[in-house]
Amino acid sequence: MSEPVTQVAAVEVRGVDKVFETRSGNVQALEPIDLTVAAGEFVSLIGPSGCGKSTLMRLVADLDEPTAGTVEVFGKTSRRARLDQEYGIAFQQAGLLPWRTVAGNVALPLELHGEASAARASRIAELLDMVGLADFADRYPDQLSGGMQQRVAIARALAERPRLLLMDEPFGALDEMTREKMQTELVRISAETGAAVVFVTHSIPEAVFLSDRVVVMSPRPGRIREIVAMRLGAEAERAERTEELREERVFFDMVTAVREALHGGSPIGTGARGVETR
Amino acid sequence: MSAGAVTAATAPGRPKGMGPRTEATLRIVAPVAVGLIVLGIWQFLVSVVGVSDYLLPSPVSIIEELIASWDSIVQATLITGTNALIGLVLGSILGILLAAVAARWRPIDRMSAPVVAMLAVVPIVALAPVLNSMFGADSQFGRQAIATLASFVPVFLNTLRGFRQTVPVHRDLMRAYAASSGQVLRTLTLPTARPFILTGIRIASSLAVISALVAEYFGGPRGGLGSLISTSAASSQYARAWAYVVASIALGLVFYLATLGLERLLQRHTPQARRRP
Ligand SMILES: Nc1ncnc2c1ncn2[C@@H]1O[C@H](COP(=O)(O)OP(=O)(O)OP(=O)(O)O)[C@@H](O)[C@H]1O
Ligand SMILES: [Mg+2]
Repeated sequence: MSEPVTQVAAVEVRGVDKVFETRSGNVQALEPIDLTVAAGEFVSLIGPSGCGKSTLMRLVADLDEPTAGTVEVFGKTSRRARLDQEYGIAFQQAGLLPWRTVAGNVALPLELHGEASAARASRIAELLDMVGLADFADRYPDQLSGGMQQRVAIARALAERPRLLLMDEPFGALDEMTREKMQTELVRISAETGAAVVFVTHSIPEAVFLSDRVVVMSPRPGRIREIVAMRLGAEAERAERTEELREERVFFDMVTAVREALHGGSPIGTGARGVETR
Repeated sequence: MSAGAVTAATAPGRPKGMGPRTEATLRIVAPVAVGLIVLGIWQFLVSVVGVSDYLLPSPVSIIEELIASWDSIVQATLITGTNALIGLVLGSILGILLAAVAARWRPIDRMSAPVVAMLAVVPIVALAPVLNSMFGADSQFGRQAIATLASFVPVFLNTLRGFRQTVPVHRDLMRAYAASSGQVLRTLTLPTARPFILTGIRIASSLAVISALVAEYFGGPRGGLGSLISTSAASSQYARAWAYVVASIALGLVFYLATLGLERLLQRHTPQARRRP
């Protein structure tokens, strides 16, 4: 990245592990993990189902406490960062409030943090435009498809222009076309706002297209197997990650690199479950 | 009277192949038709078959009685209705507040649970003679207290249940937004609980009328529907007793429909497909 080295990292995870205590015994969800996400950097987490991607993201968001280790967000404790609203978050489920309209849902964070209603209205219009739901502002979530709901959730996460975006498989429910469109949008948004993004996904091409670095995780207990740097980021500014990129050679090379990292050297085909290689 | 029946806020599904208009019409027409048929048979039994008009007053004589003593019936309905309304409002407020407290602090929940369970299983009108003599023969307070207690139970139980319906992803969201507990209550907990609270109030509305009315059977000041039903029956004025019974039914219906209307009004913006298990 071109940021000065002195700039404080967006996310700094040091020696973090997480044990869930359940009735049927302890579940070691994460083994000690170290990960740094620079300001403005786009990092994807990829790995088979149950490897602790959501858990890691929840620790960064201070929705759960690590069993050991520290999590810092922009140099603050994750708790301080949450209280200061340093991040926007989109969950694996859209999590919209069913009694609020689309516009009301996007407005929620702005309302809670006391944004004036005039500024709020124009921001909501802008956001809905961006996710292509301008015509659905007055609909209720249960009148939308799953993909549309997820787009509302993304608009909501972006509402306060956070410096850090945490996204847990936000495009999982989208069809391929909308998905690619949203990916291009996300690249544009993150380039425009300079936001760092931690992005959980099951799709290798998606991770490759979006990321500066792809963190490949392995399950039980979850740990980082490899961090694959995307040459794409160095070669071109993120804004230039256009549709053409998807057809370039370097793209397929990176897809292969991530696949191999995922399969951990074992012959491809025996399959890390839950990871799409499309 | 055991108000423990906690009914979920589910609307009954509409039968397939029936438009909403047809369904609404049918919902009104069907009970009216049934009522007319019953009245017809009743009148037939009295005037044609010859069941004694003294034992079973005919619908016509009841209507005549209704018209004849209209003023006193309206008076009585107002007295009982006021008691029931005061009980319903107080009981609902108490129920919602206490449920909020119990949902917030576990120990209070633990302490209140057995008391509420007791209130739910003991017929609350059983307290009527005690309360009536406690507050003196010329006070409506005992009846209002009974109606309050009767309303409290279903509102409390339903509200408490409603407060527990928030889903994890919404709670996470509120936490991520660093929302204050007041904000969480206003934007998440109350809207989630709203259909449950309204269902509780609707159940309570009928109980409030019934208990205010029945409480009058056990002494206290005269003049309410309950006491007039018992005096008329005791003095063998059956047609008049029936006229008061009709007024009681009307009163109960008014309460029920009013709370149903409130529910509809407040849930207007809630899409029908709020699916609940
Ligand atoms: N609250 C919890 N209590 C107990 N165990 C949990 C809890 N949350 C997660 N786990 C366990 O931790 C492990 C990691 O879960 P996590 O949700 O982080 O996986 P994931 O990588 O996000 O999977 P997916 O791709 O399917 O979303 C799993 O084995 C899961 O069973
Ligand atoms: Mg997950």
